Amino acid sequence: MRLEDVTVDAVGVEARVSSLARRSIKAETKDAWLRLALSMVDLTTLEGKDSDGKVARLCAKALHPDPADPTLPTVAAVCVYPPFVALAKRLLARSAVRVASVATAFPSGQAPLATRLAEVTAAVADGADEIDMVIDRGAFLAGRSTKVASEIEQVKVACGAAHLKVILETGELETYDNVRRASLLAMRHGADFIKTSTGKVSPASTPGTVLVMGEALRDYVEETGRMVGMKPAGGIRDAKAALATLVIVNETLGDAWLTPTWFRFGASSLANDLLMQIAKLRTGAYGSPDAFSAS
Amino acid sequence: MSAIPYAPAPESVRPRLRTSYDLFIDGAFVAPRDGSRHVTINPATHEPITEVSHAGVADVQAAVDAASGAFPAWSALPGAERGKHLFRLARILQERARELAVAETLDGGKPIRESRDIDLPLVAAHLFYHAGWADKLAYAFAGRNPRPLGVCGAVIPWNFPLLMAAWKVAPALACGNTVVLKPAETTPLTALLLAEIAQEADLPRGVLNVITGGPETGAALVRNPGLAKVAFTGSTAVGKAIATELAGTGRRLTLELGGKAANIVFADAPLDQAIEGIVNGIYFNQGHVCCAGSRLLVEESIADVVLAKLARRVRTLRVGDPLDKNTDVGAINSPAQLARIRALVASGVEEGATLHQSDCVLPDRGNWFAPTWFTDVAPAHRIAREEVFGPVLAVMTFRTPDEAVELANNTRYGLSAGVWTDKGAKALRIARRLRAGVVWANTFNQLDPTSPFGGMRESGFGREGGMAGLREYVEL
Repeated sequence: MRLEDVTVDAVGVEARVSSLARRSIKAETKDAWLRLALSMVDLTTLEGKDSDGKVARLCAKALHPDPADPTLPTVAAVCVYPPFVALAKRLLARSAVRVASVATAFPSGQAPLATRLAEVTAAVADGADEIDMVIDRGAFLAGRSTKVASEIEQVKVACGAAHLKVILETGELETYDNVRRASLLAMRHGADFIKTSTGKVSPASTPGTVLVMGEALRDYVEETGRMVGMKPAGGIRDAKAALATLVIVNETLGDAWLTPTWFRFGASSLANDLLMQIAKLRTGAYGSPDAFSAS
Repeated sequence: MSAIPYAPAPESVRPRLRTSYDLFIDGAFVAPRDGSRHVTINPATHEPITEVSHAGVADVQAAVDAASGAFPAWSALPGAERGKHLFRLARILQERARELAVAETLDGGKPIRESRDIDLPLVAAHLFYHAGWADKLAYAFAGRNPRPLGVCGAVIPWNFPLLMAAWKVAPALACGNTVVLKPAETTPLTALLLAEIAQEADLPRGVLNVITGGPETGAALVRNPGLAKVAFTGSTAVGKAIATELAGTGRRLTLELGGKAANIVFADAPLDQAIEGIVNGIYFNQGHVCCAGSRLLVEESIADVVLAKLARRVRTLRVGDPLDKNTDVGAINSPAQLARIRALVASGVEEGATLHQSDCVLPDRGNWFAPTWFTDVAPAHRIAREEVFGPVLAVMTFRTPDEAVELANNTRYGLSAGVWTDKGAKALRIARRLRAGVVWANTFNQLDPTSPFGGMRESGFGREGGMAGLREYVEL
């Protein structure tokens, strides 16, 4: 049977995620889960008012999430607009923190293909390790999936060695059937990662979308043997939501995905809540939010 | 399993339990006449929990007498007043839900996740629902004259002890009947806690009586001529004996018995959700569910995919300490039930079906059975015909909708069935042809007080829940 023919029942999806949300991660292992989540964060700033100063702050935060705790991992990557790739690359040069750049006329994707491809090429030339592209949701919803597929393939070529994350913008796709089909389309045409959202559309990532994308991903990897990663973005603002997401990943995809190589969180405020919870486990008390650096 | 485990998350609340329980008759706890008692044990650890009484024939008579004595005043009470009593019971049950959930899990072995999230919320829902009917019976049966029956004897099973008590007590009391409730021998605790709650709620004495004991106690109750009605949930064998006993007596009877439900998965089903439905259908409450989806009928063209997905999903089920909030599958209720499951599984292997089991690690003490499924099952195999009442699934394939319906209906039972397809019209068409009291489409084991539940054929007769359930407790 074709994976594309498998439908999704929304009621069943909601029931499954609400059952998984009741998993309890307690003190003894909570610290390890929180540190894992921190190591998966793509620390993100994607605003019209982004500046060199803001990006420099973000990079410092990526390298030293909490200067008071040297045992912490770094985050996985910083995620910025293309004009800041070169700066971020320079600041993170001697670290394992990768530089990700949104490209392809993020977040709408409404620009001529040549423009979008040029943006990708420029970001890669500036040193981006990862490219987060958006799909043409209009074309997808209009049934023109070959257009979407061809664009993903061309962006993949433009990426060269850089990893390609394909943003589906699930909030605009609306149905789980669309989310599943778009996930498969992206993976079949070159995505190294499938990513839920731009963070600019509500709803962004939800537990249900994480589950449905995870199921599609698992089916695809099983069929093809090619490993693909996943990145929920937007909507995961605190440690509790992050751990709930990791529970879904753990029980849907398995522990092979419980690594920053194959799973990321696209988030800006998540990191500090993770740090606060880790510090709370260590000290037994919640610190002031100002005890953690802004980014 | 994951590289980082979930730490144990044991439920910390413990119910307030006495060291010994008397019988609850006429509003008071009284010692059994002959003083006999037995210890109720935790099936997950084999540790004793507390001691309960064994009601003999004289005790049963005393309970029926108490219920008869209470009947005139209770049935004469305005419906709105009876409703208030039920609302009060419902509220107290809700307030003490966590404690009751733990008691249910300790006594019966089911995961706390289920007793907390399913049993107790449904218990309260049944009481609230029927409390609402108490003063509206004339509207439920418009143009008729609904009158209570008298004393109802309720004999309930060990798989959903408090919920089955609520299913019987709530409509009976709402309609103005009085009740003698006899919980199962292995799971008496929550019925006794319900008796305490009835006391606390000032339910008039004798309206609800709880007598504990073994099969002889149940037999003495159902044959007591003081009863106007018997409501029984349990095995088909016992149900048949009760039907024989009551034949010709004019006493009402409802029976909710065994099942061997077919869960039919078509090639156009939402597959990942169907897998959840299959797992929930058979491993929910360790398969100790009369409406369990114990036969999986899967369209041949997708059988390989479904079986691969099922195998992977079963491996993620967390089997173990029922009090751990992360546990999915708990302990088998009793050594006797465990022996029955083992015997039927052995018959499956012997008759040529292929055995598959979860590789989960089972605890050393207690009654445990790993989630199990059989492939290469033929309709002639015992595992395809007999109710296992355990976490054992029999998988068969079909090629056409007609064949699916034929296989699904090829059973003595007719309690429930499931249909999985993305096509609404197909689901409805198949559902109409299935001989089962309840058919679920793209879901399974969904229970609701507003929805009538009950069987056809050897799964019994009569309905519980909804207006159809109410009808079983009134004379028109």
